[in-house]
Amino acid sequence: MATAAVYSSPGFDFSNEIRNNFLASKGIPLPKATSTGTTIVGCIFEDGIILGADTRATEGPIVADKNCEKIHYITESIRCCGAGTAADTEFVTNLISSNMEMHALTHNRKPRVVTAMTMLKQYLFRYQGHVGAALVLGGVDATGPNLFTIAPHGSTDKLPYVTMGSGSLAAMAVFESGWRKGMSREEALTLVKSAISAGIFNDLGSGSNVDACIITANNTEMLRNVEMPNERVQKERTYVFPKGTTAWKKEEVRKLVVQEEVRLVGEAMDTD
Amino acid sequence: MDHIDMNRLKQGEINLGTSIMAVQFEGGVVIGADSRTTSGSYIANRVTDKLTFLHDRIYCCRSGSAADTQAIADIGHYSLQMQTQVIGAAPTVLTAAAIMEKMCYQNKDQLSAGIIVAGWDKKNGPSVYNIPLGGGLFRQPWAIGGSGSTYVYGYCDATYQEGWGKDETVNFVKNTLALAMSRDGSSGGCIRMCVITEDGVERMFIPGDQLPRFWEGKEILSDVTKKPLAAIAAVMDVAPMAVEV
Repeated sequence: MATAAVYSSPGFDFSNEIRNNFLASKGIPLPKATSTGTTIVGCIFEDGIILGADTRATEGPIVADKNCEKIHYITESIRCCGAGTAADTEFVTNLISSNMEMHALTHNRKPRVVTAMTMLKQYLFRYQGHVGAALVLGGVDATGPNLFTIAPHGSTDKLPYVTMGSGSLAAMAVFESGWRKGMSREEALTLVKSAISAGIFNDLGSGSNVDACIITANNTEMLRNVEMPNERVQKERTYVFPKGTTAWKKEEVRKLVVQEEVRLVGEAMDTD
Repeated sequence: MDHIDMNRLKQGEINLGTSIMAVQFEGGVVIGADSRTTSGSYIANRVTDKLTFLHDRIYCCRSGSAADTQAIADIGHYSLQMQTQVIGAAPTVLTAAAIMEKMCYQNKDQLSAGIIVAGWDKKNGPSVYNIPLGGGLFRQPWAIGGSGSTYVYGYCDATYQEGWGKDETVNFVKNTLALAMSRDGSSGGCIRMCVITEDGVERMFIPGDQLPRFWEGKEILSDVTKKPLAAIAAVMDVAPMAVEV
């Protein structure tokens, strides 16, 4: 590696990663990132796309957010579900959303889903998997409904029904047995809801509620918490104790508000 | 780092544990691939299209990391479009293969990509170029690649002959891939094929339940165990000590 000192190859410098690995091997691990151990899905139906997501965000074994939003806005008719590192999915979708708006403005056209897909995959490939975003991208454009998955290293797949995240196996099992070509809006929504539910109930990384987003040629409908199978119910016992539960020996009431008297000294300021 | 670990994959990376193939014949080339994409032991896509468009009559078969090979193919596609505008004519398969090879060689430290470039051009007719893992550019009458290919080199050596027509070549590709897919756990699903000739590109699809089938054990195994046993028993009655099993 003698050449490394004089010649630096083009592209990004990953030496900090080597340092971090060294520190980790010496017992100084990296701080934990909030990750969306997640179930996210997407499927094509008769006249559009339905995206689905659970709403649990985790930090190791802790549930960091019980009702977070994982369906991100890209454009009015393109949305993106994110799994993996929460910060990365949030920022990468925000950035591409911004660039898509600029793209639409410069070309004076509604941007296509493949455009967003290409931007995302090129961005993720550039960072060689260090931007940990696993995405399900869906939308309707001039070419019709489009659905993609994008893995953190920048590889993409185009399929009629897709799942991602830690609950992807449970959700895919539902899709593989229930998906048919040309489903109606209601059938597809039911299928997406049961796919996410499969993730919520069978995967520890997923939980709480179901979010869905129905995108058709001229309308996008965001269904926040379409299903809430884990709502907290009324507590069976109350822990409010009546006054006088604890006995006391003496009572003393002190006045805590300090009384001050302000007196004017010298001449008053000229305020005319 | 004394040497490069060619089989490395970045943590959690999506892999094309693959069987791919390209064969040239009189009027064109036949390329084929299985359809499995894996992420560890999970099949991330069971109907993948690994036959990727580079130019009107030039395609590539991708094996290795899905992200790496998609990125290379996308840049290759872009370069060939530029090349077409500059020279005002369709590029040769050699040009396409050379562009792809350059990327694979110069970035060998960071890539895991095994690519076969095949197609038809006016200058050389049909041609197949193999670009193995660390770069390198080899013209071959037939090429196989991916993890499944190691199981079928013998079959290809024993079967391939010069002077085949389209149908024989298609059958050769189909049978080779079916054999590779049956032995390699990282390959499987369906077979996708393309026949590239001067006239155009014809796509073919063989569903997973219609793959060519070869010896699979059960029915013949029962015959094998029955017949010799009877024969051995007959001999054993006469002179048990003389029997060599």
